[in-house]
Amino acid sequence: MAREVFLFALVVCAGTAGELCVSRAMKTLGEVTNFHPAVLFSVVLRSLRLKWMWFGLALMTTAFFSLLWVLAIANVSLVVPVTAISYVAGTVGGKFFLRERVTRKRWVGVALVTVGVTLVLIGRS
Amino acid sequence: MVCFFPRETAHSCLSRALLKNSRLSTQPLCAKSMNASRDLYFKTYSSILVMVFFGPLGNVLLGKGMKHIGAVAAQSPKDAIHTLMLIFTSSTIWLGIASLITFFIAYMLVLSWADYSYVQPASSIAYGAAAVLAHLLLKEVISPTRWLGVIIICLGVFFVTGTPPRTTEHPDGA
Repeated sequence: MAREVFLFALVVCAGTAGELCVSRAMKTLGEVTNFHPAVLFSVVLRSLRLKWMWFGLALMTTAFFSLLWVLAIANVSLVVPVTAISYVAGTVGGKFFLRERVTRKRWVGVALVTVGVTLVLIGRS
Repeated sequence: MVCFFPRETAHSCLSRALLKNSRLSTQPLCAKSMNASRDLYFKTYSSILVMVFFGPLGNVLLGKGMKHIGAVAAQSPKDAIHTLMLIFTSSTIWLGIASLITFFIAYMLVLSWADYSYVQPASSIAYGAAAVLAHLLLKEVISPTRWLGVIIICLGVFFVTGTPPRTTEHPDGA
């Protein structure tokens, strides 16, 4: 059981932290205003020079393999609601790590999305 | 008159300009701000639409490609090389990889200007789109639980997209 809990925590925390790091890297690069393919290619290359991008990619890879592992040892019906918590974790991370202003309205939306995603995935499995 | 708030509408800007009888020379600033706000919403929604389309498409194509190859047997190095050859010569798998790269580039771009706490829940509309498309195109039977989930997701996305996509100005929040 301790192993499952650890893997669940790793899926949610590493996945969310990875996306937050990618978000931070992109905010550091600045707003993209030109969508020419050459410019987009240059943006991708410049993002790869940022440590936040590499942290993010490493954490997202960790989360992906942890998810594969947890799916192999735990019941899908248990895995799904836990991974849907990522929406709440992401919003908390956005508020404190990226200093985003999360209004009550956005919180209500995030809570509804979390419940909805859980029901969709339960209904499919 | 300068519109300080990104979500300020054309109507409210115009009303303020008329009511307070502001100078003519400052009106283009308001128009510029409104255009910037409109651009922000347009490119945010467009990027999320690309993510919603290419993310699930990539997963489906990769899944289809891997199923076509069959069970992976890598008991010997020769088997492993043979499986890798099958994977990397499959057009379906390459299309899946291209779709996922497109998804990730759109994701990176939208995060360069929009809040993560906005993009993450807003892109969950993909679950709803997948269910509706599966029902309409593949004639899949969608369970009532799943439909309920789709409705709740849509409601949640409606709430989230009712907030401004960007609430920070500086990358480090400084």
